[in-house]
Amino acid sequence: MYPLRSAALIVVLLVLTGLPLAAQSDIPIDSAVVDSATVDSVAPFPPLPPTNLEAVDVANDAGGALSLSWTLSPDDASLVTKYLILRSSGDGAPFAIIGETTQSQNNFTDNNAGENKDFYYRVVAHGEGDVDTLKLTSQANTSAVVGPTHSTAQWFHWGRLNVLIGLIAVCAAILAYINVAKSGKELYIRKIAGIEAVEDAIGRATEMGRKIFYIPGIMDMDDMQTIASIPILGRVAEIAARNETFLDVPVSRSLVMVTAREAVRDGYARAGRPDAFNEDQVHYLTDDQFGYAAAIDGMVVREKPATIFYMGAFFAESLILAETGNAAGAIQIAGTAMPSQLPFFVTACDYTLIGEELFAASAYLSREPKLLGSLKGQDFGKGLALLAIVLGIILELLDQAYDLGIGFLRILSIE
Amino acid sequence: MKREIPLIITFIAGTVFVVAYFVPHSPFNRAESLFNDWFAILAAFAIWLGALNLLKICALKVSRRSKDWYLGFVIIVGFFVTVAVGAYDGVVGLSNVPATAFRDPGTNFDWIYRNVYTPLSATMFAMLAFFVASASYRAFRARNFQATLLLLAGFLVMLGRVPVGDLITGFLPPAYQMSQWATWIMDFPQTAGQRAIMIGIALGIISTSLRVILGIERSRLEGE
Repeated sequence: MYPLRSAALIVVLLVLTGLPLAAQSDIPIDSAVVDSATVDSVAPFPPLPPTNLEAVDVANDAGGALSLSWTLSPDDASLVTKYLILRSSGDGAPFAIIGETTQSQNNFTDNNAGENKDFYYRVVAHGEGDVDTLKLTSQANTSAVVGPTHSTAQWFHWGRLNVLIGLIAVCAAILAYINVAKSGKELYIRKIAGIEAVEDAIGRATEMGRKIFYIPGIMDMDDMQTIASIPILGRVAEIAARNETFLDVPVSRSLVMVTAREAVRDGYARAGRPDAFNEDQVHYLTDDQFGYAAAIDGMVVREKPATIFYMGAFFAESLILAETGNAAGAIQIAGTAMPSQLPFFVTACDYTLIGEELFAASAYLSREPKLLGSLKGQDFGKGLALLAIVLGIILELLDQAYDLGIGFLRILSIE
Repeated sequence: MKREIPLIITFIAGTVFVVAYFVPHSPFNRAESLFNDWFAILAAFAIWLGALNLLKICALKVSRRSKDWYLGFVIIVGFFVTVAVGAYDGVVGLSNVPATAFRDPGTNFDWIYRNVYTPLSATMFAMLAFFVASASYRAFRARNFQATLLLLAGFLVMLGRVPVGDLITGFLPPAYQMSQWATWIMDFPQTAGQRAIMIGIALGIISTSLRVILGIERSRLEGE
């Protein structure tokens, strides 16, 4: 009986313990072969780690940044929810989380890497059920450690080498033409209708016995357009002083007021009428964009100037000003390098200096050889740009047609 | 020296900016922000020059009873009322717990800002719509070939930007409907024109900068 009872007991025990034993034997150890849906519904298995982690210094910067890239985890599409970036300074220092990326993103830039400081990195593929991330960093979902690597500051931005070459060529051409002009050789400068009309516009104000308004834009003296506007104001002031016509210069910046006063004073002195200059004819209104526009509109409507110049940087107020001047019957000459405002000025003004013409106006009005030489250099730059465009198109087409893999557009593009 | 010192300062500042564009290394990488800070400090002090000039001109206008003198009076009153209200709010705000600034919501200064300044600015900006209409009317008159081209391009772009454009050309394949014409005009002729202007502007800026840095263009300096 005993052997029978023992055998029965063994069978019962086997039956009772058989199910879990069978189930355990069915669970794969390697999560890579587990059906992801099963894992999600049953238990949170950590995803496989990312591989090929690389950390390199970011090029062309002032130091302090390291770029990390890696091959995505094989479980990226199924189990990974995000990647955690860990950093250690070495010498047994623990890894700390310094950032994270979303699933399917395989790069990260550490912008707090300091300069010449060694760091070690690892990346963790974070799964749905990984609550205790710090504990998981020591487990199978973590990449190999890379490092030590460090960031250094560069002495030259190699991505801007093409700009430097272009700049040197244009500057050399400008200086060469200035020298040619200084030697006394006559330089041909094409006529610019807007600048040619300046004297006539001031003459009209003289004939009508009305004042001239000069609006130097709404930007401060740190804007190139305002800087270009001031010499033009000086020339306008000179002609106005010679014609004994009152010039009113309302400005929106205090520093522009100070600089414009010097230019106008200088213009009056050149015209031999320094006594006629009154510094209050260059006066401040407000820094506020629409307050400035409202004040000028009011003055234009009340005082009906014969001529208005708009030279400098303008924004939404350009059309408000120019349309009011147009309604007041003034002859208007505008000049700006704001491409979005040019159509408004072209529509509402009699003459418009488009972009580069604003920067050429002062040289054109002064007729000084040195300044005219710089205009010729500018034209050389335009020729160079044209050549680069045409060559770029041809070479890029050849590159694509014959698969040369050179990427001319990349060479010509500016970083 | 009155001319030489500004020329030297201009040369150094301009050169540092150019070098900083190509050299990311310290100290050049901080040059731009450093100079901008200095400029902001200068401009902050200079604002008083402007404010005092405005008050002086308005005060003269009022005292002489010049034409439209009452406008000067309104400016003076507005200036001092705003400053006084802001100062009062600032002082009272110091005793609040926690301390509040004069520009915080609910202050008298904030009331002026929301009920006087903002509506006035919005009114000026809103006038732009009417000016656009009157300017467009003039610009779109087909006086010559170029104006006719402009009219045609404007007409196509405006129609292409609204659903009725595609409705009108609904009999054509989708790739040839009005919205695609508008996109083509904006992407090719318009962009090409804009880029040509931008290249000219960039060269103009280089040329003017060089003139200023090298002291060839000096008309901004006194006593020329």
